[in-house]
Amino acid sequence: MRLKRSSMKSGRSIHAGITVKAPTGIIGFDEITGGGLPRGRTTLLAGGPGSGKTIFALQFLVHGARYCKEPGIFVAFEENPKRILANFETFGLKLAALQKQKLFFLDAHPTPDLIQSGTFDLSGMLAALGAKAKEMGARRIVFDAMDIVLALLPDQAAKRREVYRLHEWLLARELTGIITAKAGGDQESSLDQQPFGFMQFMVDCAVILNHEVIQGVSQRNLRVQKYRGSSFDEHESPFLIGKNGFEVAGARTLGHAYTNVINERVSSGVERLDTMLGGGYYRGASVLITGFPGTAKTTLSGAFAEAACQRGERTMFVSFDSDFSEVIRNLASVGIVLDRYVKNGLLRIVSVRTITGNAETYLLRIKTYAKEHGARCVVIDPVSTLSSSASELTAHSVVERLIDWSKSEGITLVCTSLVDEMSSRTIGVSPLQISTLADTWIHLNYLAQAGERNRGLSIIKSRGTAHSNQVRELILSDAGVTLADIYTAGGEVLMGTLRWEKESAERAANEVAEVAGKLKRVSLDAEEAELEVRVKSLQTELVAKQAELEVRVKSLQTELVAKQVEKELLTRTTQSREREVSRGRTRVRELRGADAAIPGHK
Amino acid sequence: MSRRITLKFRLFIAGDTQNSTEAIANLSAFCRKHLPNRHEIEVVDVLREPQGAMKDSVFMTPTLVKLSPAPVRQIVGTLSEPYTLLQVLGLRTLAA
Repeated sequence: MRLKRSSMKSGRSIHAGITVKAPTGIIGFDEITGGGLPRGRTTLLAGGPGSGKTIFALQFLVHGARYCKEPGIFVAFEENPKRILANFETFGLKLAALQKQKLFFLDAHPTPDLIQSGTFDLSGMLAALGAKAKEMGARRIVFDAMDIVLALLPDQAAKRREVYRLHEWLLARELTGIITAKAGGDQESSLDQQPFGFMQFMVDCAVILNHEVIQGVSQRNLRVQKYRGSSFDEHESPFLIGKNGFEVAGARTLGHAYTNVINERVSSGVERLDTMLGGGYYRGASVLITGFPGTAKTTLSGAFAEAACQRGERTMFVSFDSDFSEVIRNLASVGIVLDRYVKNGLLRIVSVRTITGNAETYLLRIKTYAKEHGARCVVIDPVSTLSSSASELTAHSVVERLIDWSKSEGITLVCTSLVDEMSSRTIGVSPLQISTLADTWIHLNYLAQAGERNRGLSIIKSRGTAHSNQVRELILSDAGVTLADIYTAGGEVLMGTLRWEKESAERAANEVAEVAGKLKRVSLDAEEAELEVRVKSLQTELVAKQAELEVRVKSLQTELVAKQVEKELLTRTTQSREREVSRGRTRVRELRGADAAIPGHK
Repeated sequence: MSRRITLKFRLFIAGDTQNSTEAIANLSAFCRKHLPNRHEIEVVDVLREPQGAMKDSVFMTPTLVKLSPAPVRQIVGTLSEPYTLLQVLGLRTLAA
């Protein structure tokens, strides 16, 4: 609504939506406010000493002058502009070039020998500034440490009058203004007690900077208290004054999170583990390795780093535990040689020994370093340190944002997390509750048995991956990390020496069985040979018998033929004899003269 | 301090405001009383001549600048307290 109205009134083009807000260029802040500070309006920036008010305001001006074609004026009531500039240049911003045309610093800090007699107002300064603003076409203005000049005014009414005067002046010129003022933090009461408490009601936008110490750890927070005509993230957002100036951690906004889902697999550095995971971790995944102290979490993450370097990927190893050289030495003892990759620049080892510092700071540093290094794989060992160095609530959101960030950058992240052994749970609960956020969760465990501790590895979850659900024994040797099958015997898991014993027992049993088999084979071979011989002799015998029988058959056949011939001869003889007899009879008959009967007609 | 020396003042005011008129009146009265015939007052209206204020580093109005004799001093306000003015200008002895 506001957007529309203003664009209609001023007759500006469709770009009105962009011009309604003046970007500050401060990382994170423009996201919280949806584009920056209200353009042509006044913003109150309140905070305690050293809360970063001046840097915020200055960054806003510099960004406008450099990138938005909006020259700016800085009115310094408290510090000498030269000192402010010198301080600011430690953030790597050279302002000399800008200063001539686009940035003007007005040294308005009251001199110590300033004498006051009676009441006064700010018309003089505003007139001077008005002329200057016109001359250089300024669009942005900062009144730094307004409280200093207000303190000189005798009463509340006068203070109020001057603030209104300033406000009116700003509005009339449509300058985007920041008024900074000291306040003792976010507490309403303390702010109300300040003479400029009413300023919060007057301005269109109020930003509170907080700097507090929680359990000895410095924690900076920023909160947008009000923002007329705009939605904003109304929660406290941690921020950091780092190398590049003011940075607000405000990745709470949904929607911008853009995650590239990749099906590529990257090796975990342990061959067997890759197999268990169905090929390795997913590229861009967040891997959590939990375990008790000494369960080889670092070694496992080191193996990942080495594998990444072997693939030629830029990798960053953040160690909260050990020193740079300690990391290299310790990992070299288990066959993970990293120093060559450090030398050729692929690997960057960042060692942050935790003494002080809050989780937010670490996150921003990790991000910055990773960006500088162009890392594709990041190892954080252990991420649980974050919770110890700040309240757990913050740490949790930090880890959330860490994972969110690594996903949106497509960085494969391996975090280790320490589980307190005293918590007496078999499966450790990650103190940061990041186990729900991680894509792959590997748990390392000790199994104390038969007087020794052995390391066991199991994959608790791995999103989008068919993974082995068997426990493996993790063995560290100077050749590196290997995983071995474990034995389950009678419902018990055997590891270490017991596994070895079991293995050797089984080996012996196998040998015995093998020998016995061999013996059996030999005796069988002998029997076979004997039988073969017997078969052969029988065959020979058979042949001989056959021959004999054949001979006999032949002789019998011959005999038969002979008998037949004999029989035929006999028959023939008999016939011839009969014929002779009959002939003889016939002759006899003839001789007797018996003519009565003819023998042929009987 | 010699009685003969003339004091040079520049008074920065902002338009016709009450503070401006008060300051002019207070300064005139003071000079008439304590520095008769040995003062010069230049009144600068910052609304008309903003550059002048910038040059003299005058940010609050009204501001009285004592230009000479050295050192240059600035007194901010409506000059409603003559005693302060006397002290600053080193004229305390005169008042006594």
